[in-house]
Amino acid sequence: MSVNEFFHMGGHGFYIWVSYGLALVLMVTAFIPPVLQERKLIKQITRRLRREQRDQREQS
Amino acid sequence: MLAWLHRLASPKRFHGLAGFFITWCGWGALVLFASGLYYSLFNSPPDYQQGESIRIMYIHVPAAWNSMFIYITMAIASLFVLVWRIKAAAAVARACAPLGAMFTFLALATGSLWGKPMWGAWWVWDARLTSELILLFLYLGFMALQSAIEDKDAAARAAGVLAIVGIINIPIIYYSVEWWNTLHQGATITLSEKPKMNMDMFISLILMSLAFKFYFVVAVLRKARNEMLEREQNSQWVKEMLGGSDERK
Repeated sequence: MSVNEFFHMGGHGFYIWVSYGLALVLMVTAFIPPVLQERKLIKQITRRLRREQRDQREQS
Repeated sequence: MLAWLHRLASPKRFHGLAGFFITWCGWGALVLFASGLYYSLFNSPPDYQQGESIRIMYIHVPAAWNSMFIYITMAIASLFVLVWRIKAAAAVARACAPLGAMFTFLALATGSLWGKPMWGAWWVWDARLTSELILLFLYLGFMALQSAIEDKDAAARAAGVLAIVGIINIPIIYYSVEWWNTLHQGATITLSEKPKMNMDMFISLILMSLAFKFYFVVAVLRKARNEMLEREQNSQWVKEMLGGSDERK
């Protein structure tokens, strides 16, 4: 089977590749924001906690 | 029982459990997607009637199964919100909705892309297609209701009622192909019978379905875990987890 034949998929290539492509794009796009958000959240909270701890030490 | 349930669903416990499942289901999803794609694109035969277009099934059916599975998860989580006021359940239900909407859309879109070459139409007002479209609207309604109410707990309860009432649509989707005379074909795989399909096709479908399920578990827990972390950022366990390294210095 040649590469061309594989992508042609017996004439159904368009429908098949758009289906697989759509699935890939949707699932990747849905996955990125939570990963970035988690990173941001952890950074934010850690920074705030450090600041609070420093303030406490300076007060005592 | 109640105390036990709340302890089990405590934010800290939830965070730990979610982390465990995110790691292992994440690896599982990778392996399943790799083998599933290999099977569905290279190692399964074309259909004797539908030719190569049968390969759309390995996206379409897992997406459609996920769309219903996620709805049931969302409704059960909502029940926990309404009856036991469990915050982690509210976070899970909220995280379910956009993912469910996405898989419903994917099922509808790939159904269209499959319907065009096989039925000659992108869309027909068939009972299966229509009930699946209603499922999409239920998800969108749930999301709209969540964002329309300012108070997050009240929003989760109101949307929870919608989710639980809307579950009536799930058996309608499932049995639509039996109750009505539909263009959509009936179930090829049921729990009670031997699959009426080629073994390699069956393996492709099962691998892809499991991959989609694992993906959902990882995605939903990641979102829910973020929400819990943001909500709970002033509680002791978050301080211990994220501020702990600083105290030791």
